[in-house]
Amino acid sequence: MTDILMPALSPTMEEGTLAKWHVKVGDKVSSGDIIAEIETDKATMEVEAVDEGVIEALLVAEGTEEVKVNSVIARLAGEGGAVAPAAPQPAAAADPNPQPASRAEAKGDPVRAAAAATSAASTLKDPDLPEGVNLVKVTLRDALRDAMAEEMRRDPDVFLMGEEVAQYQGAYKVSRGLLDEFGPKRVIDTPITEHGFAGIAVGAAMAGLKPIVEFMTFNFAMQAIDHIINSAAKTLYMSGGQIKCSIVFRGPNGAAARVGAQHSQDYGAWYAHVPGLKVLAPYDSADAKGMLKAAIRDPNPVVFLEHEMLYGQEFEVPEGIDWVVPIGKAKIRRVGTDVTLVAYSRMVGFCLQAAEKLAEEGIEAEVVDLRTLRPMDIGTVIESIKKTNRVVTVEEGWGPMGVGAEISAKAVELAFDYLDAPPARVHQEDVPLPYAANLELLSMPSIDRIVAAVKAVTYR
Amino acid sequence: MARGTTGTAGRRKANGAEATVKKAGPSTTKDELLKYYREMLLIRRFEERAGQLYGMGLIGGFCHLYIGQEAIAVGCQAAKRPGDQMITSYRDHGHMLVCGMDPKEVMAELTGRSGGSSRGKGGSMHMFSTEAAFYGGHGIVGAQVSLGTGLAFANAYRGDGKVAFAYYGDGAANQGQVYESFNMAQVWNLPVIYCIENNEYAMGTAIDRSSSETKLYKRGISFNIPGEEVDGMDVLAVKEAAERACAHCRAGNGPYILELKTYRYRGHSMSDPAKYRTREEVDEVRKTRDPIDFVEELLEKNGWADEGALKAIDAEVKKIVAEAAEFARTSPEPDPAELYTDVYTVAVEGVPA
Repeated sequence: MTDILMPALSPTMEEGTLAKWHVKVGDKVSSGDIIAEIETDKATMEVEAVDEGVIEALLVAEGTEEVKVNSVIARLAGEGGAVAPAAPQPAAAADPNPQPASRAEAKGDPVRAAAAATSAASTLKDPDLPEGVNLVKVTLRDALRDAMAEEMRRDPDVFLMGEEVAQYQGAYKVSRGLLDEFGPKRVIDTPITEHGFAGIAVGAAMAGLKPIVEFMTFNFAMQAIDHIINSAAKTLYMSGGQIKCSIVFRGPNGAAARVGAQHSQDYGAWYAHVPGLKVLAPYDSADAKGMLKAAIRDPNPVVFLEHEMLYGQEFEVPEGIDWVVPIGKAKIRRVGTDVTLVAYSRMVGFCLQAAEKLAEEGIEAEVVDLRTLRPMDIGTVIESIKKTNRVVTVEEGWGPMGVGAEISAKAVELAFDYLDAPPARVHQEDVPLPYAANLELLSMPSIDRIVAAVKAVTYR
Repeated sequence: MARGTTGTAGRRKANGAEATVKKAGPSTTKDELLKYYREMLLIRRFEERAGQLYGMGLIGGFCHLYIGQEAIAVGCQAAKRPGDQMITSYRDHGHMLVCGMDPKEVMAELTGRSGGSSRGKGGSMHMFSTEAAFYGGHGIVGAQVSLGTGLAFANAYRGDGKVAFAYYGDGAANQGQVYESFNMAQVWNLPVIYCIENNEYAMGTAIDRSSSETKLYKRGISFNIPGEEVDGMDVLAVKEAAERACAHCRAGNGPYILELKTYRYRGHSMSDPAKYRTREEVDEVRKTRDPIDFVEELLEKNGWADEGALKAIDAEVKKIVAEAAEFARTSPEPDPAELYTDVYTVAVEGVPA
């Protein structure tokens, strides 16, 4: 004998109306036969038999309202040999949600996890330069190219794909020379089809290859953002650790010059919001090279944000060594005592220049280059704030829900008693980036605005 | 071993099928048919039980059943070689079962328990098995088509002779990334079979209300990708077509499209009352085109199995499903510590996680 229970039409349904019986006592039914219709205010559904047998009793009359989910509505006399289902267990069925106890326990974890991440990051250091190593001036563009070339020599599973990366030598010439060295199998020109080639690259990464996807700019990666977030970032978790996705999405991010709103946007905050991604945004050539090499070796999906306005700038890079810079470690670019400036990518340069101006007026700024936005080295930022007691964040992106907003929140959470002034944020004005030269300048963070923000928090 | 013919000519017509009405069915054997019968029955009984567990509140969220479409997963599986990959949408329970996953693990994933294939963290729509080369289980309509093309990209890159099967429905067939993938797959000669499971309804929208060209196998014409229409309710026709597609891919000819005409008996998901079609329409398909009845008839016609033998298979399958349901009901919920695992993989040398 088998009980037939009132089914739920949705996870939230608790009761419904038994609208109609399609069978009567004595009818023989097999699995798949429609036996009843039930209704809620949202939907109507037919109930199918799951087992074979003869209807022994109909326990709820047609038209009965407010029939509770999981109550017995009919009985089936099983055929000989048929396997009856497990008797429903009301206790197990009653609450599909996690138990409150486990929720409370789980709630403690984020704090512990965050604390662990902070302490781990604080112990990370850039590798020491071996004695006698040469530092050579390299443009950021070439440092990125060298990083890719070195990693492609090291690992045959690494390949580069994107628009104009091969024959054209890169829209911004970042991939110059790679086609000649590695051939068309590993340096692949794609059609203009970001959504599709990002998905293909993620699929190839799931199969164990290590793609580097170049977006001509990150503005175009919005066409592909579903694959970056839903496919690349979440699948490891959803698969219980089975499906790994070692992939780098890289390209210029932020505003170039006079290219208007659709081509000028900082996506740092967008991607740094997403668990499962690592988000890197280097400032100089040494970091660009060392962090890109780290990103390519990392077994997780990495978003690597470059800056077009920095591509042509020269910085020193150690020569002749396997230079890998750790992910998740900020760098103090300038030591100071009066205020902490926190920035990433091109804005680090703005902060360094602002700091020089401020020094002329007797204000010593400490400049923290975040380098990695996720996992963020908040420990280094907080230590600096505890020393200077003031913080100004600087980013190219919009302010609301931004990187500066996150740092300000952390500063208040973790260094509240040390702050002598509310945190201040410098960011792009809250408008799409205008084209007109004067308006563009007005919209973007500037050295003067950083100086003004520092003066505000130092009450000068 | 006894061989017989299926003689499917004129038995029934796939919904509007014109290209593939066969003169004589493919040859088959007793063992082969019994194997397909058992595999399809396992999917059907599993799904019926999943529907029941959903009704009991043991399965949460969305739950998309594969009932009616069993011949596709089973027929394509028969054409696969070990190592060939598979990727599909959220209607994935059947594909999981045919590629050799333990029904217990599959059912326990549906109930969100620690014994599930993703330890309860994926659910019905997000299930995977690297061991079985099953790459999910994807909840975003059409995403699996690009990802599946990427699996084929890896096969071509390595030159390992593997083929990737990317399954999607008539709904996903209208997503832009499908055509971006077609284009690159053909330009780069990738070994991918696009298996379109045309069950006539994209959720509640009938195909002729959503598609300017409803013959989906023609969708590759602009990309020079060959396609064929297949009776997706005939497991032998599916297998034969999938073998042709595999041969095409393995010979280095690039992608291939199979439009497998089928029908889902249940709603799009458990909470869909399916009011966009008539009960008569569903009954007609069940009575005249059911993929399991089809094999049952062949077995009986050829004298390969009597009612008793088939009942014994059904009892065996039901036992497996009952055990899976019991496991899925009693397997504990994931440990709270699992909340923070698998967000990132462990570090590699020189780079901290």
